[in-house]
Amino acid sequence: MNEVLLRSLIPGVIAILVRRGADFAAAEDAVQDALVEALRAWPADGSANSPRSGGASGPAGSSGGGRPVRDPKGWLVTVAWRRFLDATRADAARRRREHLLDEEPASGAAPAVDDTLQLYFLCAHPSLTPSSAVALTLRAVGGLTTRQIARAYLVPEATMAQRISRAKRTVSGVRFDRPGDVATVLRVLYLVFNEGYSGDVDLAAEAIRLTRQLAAAIDHPEVAGLLALMLLHHARRAARTAPDGSLVPLAEQDRGRWDTASIAEGIGILQTALARDRLGEYQAQAAIAALHADAPTAGETDWVQIVEWYDELVRLNDSPVVRLNRAVAVGEADGPRAGLAALAAVDDACSAGSSAKGHRIPRYTAVAAYLHERDGDLATAARLYAEAARQAPNLAERDHLTRQAARLNARR
Amino acid sequence: MAKYLLLKHYRGAPAAVNDVPMDQWTPEEISAHMRYMQDFADRLEKTGEFVDGQALAPEGAWVRYDGEGRPPVTDGPFAETKDLIAGWMVIDVDGYDRAVELAGELSAAPGKGGKPIHEWLEVRPFLTAPPTVTE
Repeated sequence: MNEVLLRSLIPGVIAILVRRGADFAAAEDAVQDALVEALRAWPADGSANSPRSGGASGPAGSSGGGRPVRDPKGWLVTVAWRRFLDATRADAARRRREHLLDEEPASGAAPAVDDTLQLYFLCAHPSLTPSSAVALTLRAVGGLTTRQIARAYLVPEATMAQRISRAKRTVSGVRFDRPGDVATVLRVLYLVFNEGYSGDVDLAAEAIRLTRQLAAAIDHPEVAGLLALMLLHHARRAARTAPDGSLVPLAEQDRGRWDTASIAEGIGILQTALARDRLGEYQAQAAIAALHADAPTAGETDWVQIVEWYDELVRLNDSPVVRLNRAVAVGEADGPRAGLAALAAVDDACSAGSSAKGHRIPRYTAVAAYLHERDGDLATAARLYAEAARQAPNLAERDHLTRQAARLNARR
Repeated sequence: MAKYLLLKHYRGAPAAVNDVPMDQWTPEEISAHMRYMQDFADRLEKTGEFVDGQALAPEGAWVRYDGEGRPPVTDGPFAETKDLIAGWMVIDVDGYDRAVELAGELSAAPGKGGKPIHEWLEVRPFLTAPPTVTE
């Protein structure tokens, strides 16, 4: 049984059932039933991959034990649709069942791509909270089990099961009649990518797989931009942590450990997208990542061009986080004093809203520490590193920043 | 077997013998400290005595219900003096003596100058249901 193949089939099957009139939650349940059936009935050698010519197998036989399945997707659609009808029969009146039976379309090749796309939009529906949208996407589009998703997010399985069933209830009345917002779908995929825990399921790799699928289904420069961005970030992943789990900053990373195939692919996708002249924030972020990935050494990084891309980003989406990152780039391109000046502007930009609550944007203090250190003010830098360590959102960053403070304090 | 919670405190516990803030250590001393804690957890995992361990951010708030239709009261994001938990480890061991032995070992993690910090740890047993007769 080929689990990867099965996973890739799930969204298309759910989408076909929904298009035929099944409610999303009911369709999802029916497909899960069909998967259980497939695990039982399909040959263990995964011979769904090795079609036999001339055979009359396929959807007709739901008990094809030992025989290769010629059309796994068609098989799943047929079984899932029957499961759905059985469930409906148990619940609803005879008339409704006959109506549905009448409507059963002839089996045949279905335009899977558009259906799957609608599933993406449904899973990223604005009525869902981000965490629900992420869970539902991984389940319905990614085909992951509840257990796998729970482990990837480090929560108990029962918690994740509740989250998913709540999400399914939320979208159960939603119709597939109008196209959704691509930007929302992209945000959900980026959330998955940024989680990135690697265990039973590597969410970063899963996000790349799903975005690849989306990019194949929809011709949109920002989808390409996000895919390029993910590939370029992911390519540097192995070099980003030391064997003991501690952080390795960009400048100190062993560039020989970067995945050059992913970098080349990301840059290729990005260039094609940029050529269409419909710039968006993911393309701009990918361009910055590409400039980092392209530099043979940290010292040869083209910071001037990176600052230009940050200026584009500010124009597209002016946020304190973008301005903070821009300040780092300015510090490299024009020196630490210029960087500190750019940082002061960030402070002004967000002092109205966030500082009233006593919270600065994440990593503000760490950036300030870094720029003061480069400016030679080691005492201030050490104090700020220690402060940044206390604000750090995770252990790896906290330890890294504590070490920075310790390094400077030891030198003074 | 019995579960115990080993609590590390940011504040509230008596000062450790080797009480130097971490940003005053050398990077090597920090690494040695981290390695000691990781080795400790790894070893307990191998003996089947490790259950869970987590670190907590230093900022917390007290929160209290403030009556029907009113938002809960908090004392704000800053906590200058109150006792706060830095992290915990849950162990599942034969008995109290073993729990104390392990807490002592954890307290000996190296700090400034490579010497043990002698940090105070709180050891609290989990409340459990009484065993059934067949046990």
